[in-house]
Amino acid sequence: MTFEDWIFALHLLSAATLVGSLVMSWIVVVSLLSVHTPGETIALSRVAMVGTVTTVVGLIGAIAFGIWLAILRDAFHVWDGWVIAAIVLWVIAAAALWRSFIEYAKPVEKARALIAAGETAPSAELTASNRASNGLLLRVLASAAIVLIVIDMLWKPGA
Amino acid sequence: MLAAIRPGEQDFALLLHLVGATVVFGALLASATSILLARGETRLLRLGYFSLLLVGLPGLILMRLAGQWLYNLQKWDALPDQIEQPAWLGIGFVVADWGGLLFLVSLALGGVGIYRLRHGKSATGLLTATTLISLVLIVAYVVAVWAMTGKPD
Repeated sequence: MTFEDWIFALHLLSAATLVGSLVMSWIVVVSLLSVHTPGETIALSRVAMVGTVTTVVGLIGAIAFGIWLAILRDAFHVWDGWVIAAIVLWVIAAAALWRSFIEYAKPVEKARALIAAGETAPSAELTASNRASNGLLLRVLASAAIVLIVIDMLWKPGA
Repeated sequence: MLAAIRPGEQDFALLLHLVGATVVFGALLASATSILLARGETRLLRLGYFSLLLVGLPGLILMRLAGQWLYNLQKWDALPDQIEQPAWLGIGFVVADWGGLLFLVSLALGGVGIYRLRHGKSATGLLTATTLISLVLIVAYVVAVWAMTGKPD
């Protein structure tokens, strides 16, 4: 394998980590919809934290190795239309994911406050917070952007 | 560059293969993490198992079927006898087929574990085995992605 092959493999490994983490985060998000107690919210947040870390690793790896690859390869350039489209979609996905991490931290903070106050029973307020649509919509936006990146990478429109 | 020289009819098969692979990879990550971090909490143990069953298994089937479709479209099945199949393709088949078998074993063990949990019995050993198999499969999938993208000879 050449150096360029390694960068390509690392780019795709990062992309697979990103999409895999996104699938994992959807499993957690869907599971959160039926969580009513502070203890269960905290337990799920532990799983979500691993998903967040792998998502960030995938995001950074995919863009860094992707741009590096575009510089190394003669067949395409960073200023090609499909590469620029992928970078713009990556920025949208990264921003939406960052905002969604902040939104999903809110019920965890609420659950910690409830536990600190000695309340461990199901809470209607916590259930509503776990089901808040802001984080969900941001996750949908990020997922749509990432699916579009995958399609853009496969079809390479204009290349 | 590879996509630029790949006939258009193969793009959809490749997309489905990639979607299946990343779905099963995500389900394995979710499953292993949930069971490892469960600390005895039934909800997380169940989440770990049902991630494999309801998300991972459909992903595995999609990945394998789309992979076979791509294999046929690219005429790998029509290689002359004197030409050996490339190593990366062999690695892909080993991970998909033997990994698929391991996946089914982990599903069976986890299923018995969840059944025992439901009846108030201990299932630590069974769910630990499910987690260990998931971790082995995660490593195997990383190797497969590296092999199928880097295509080492």
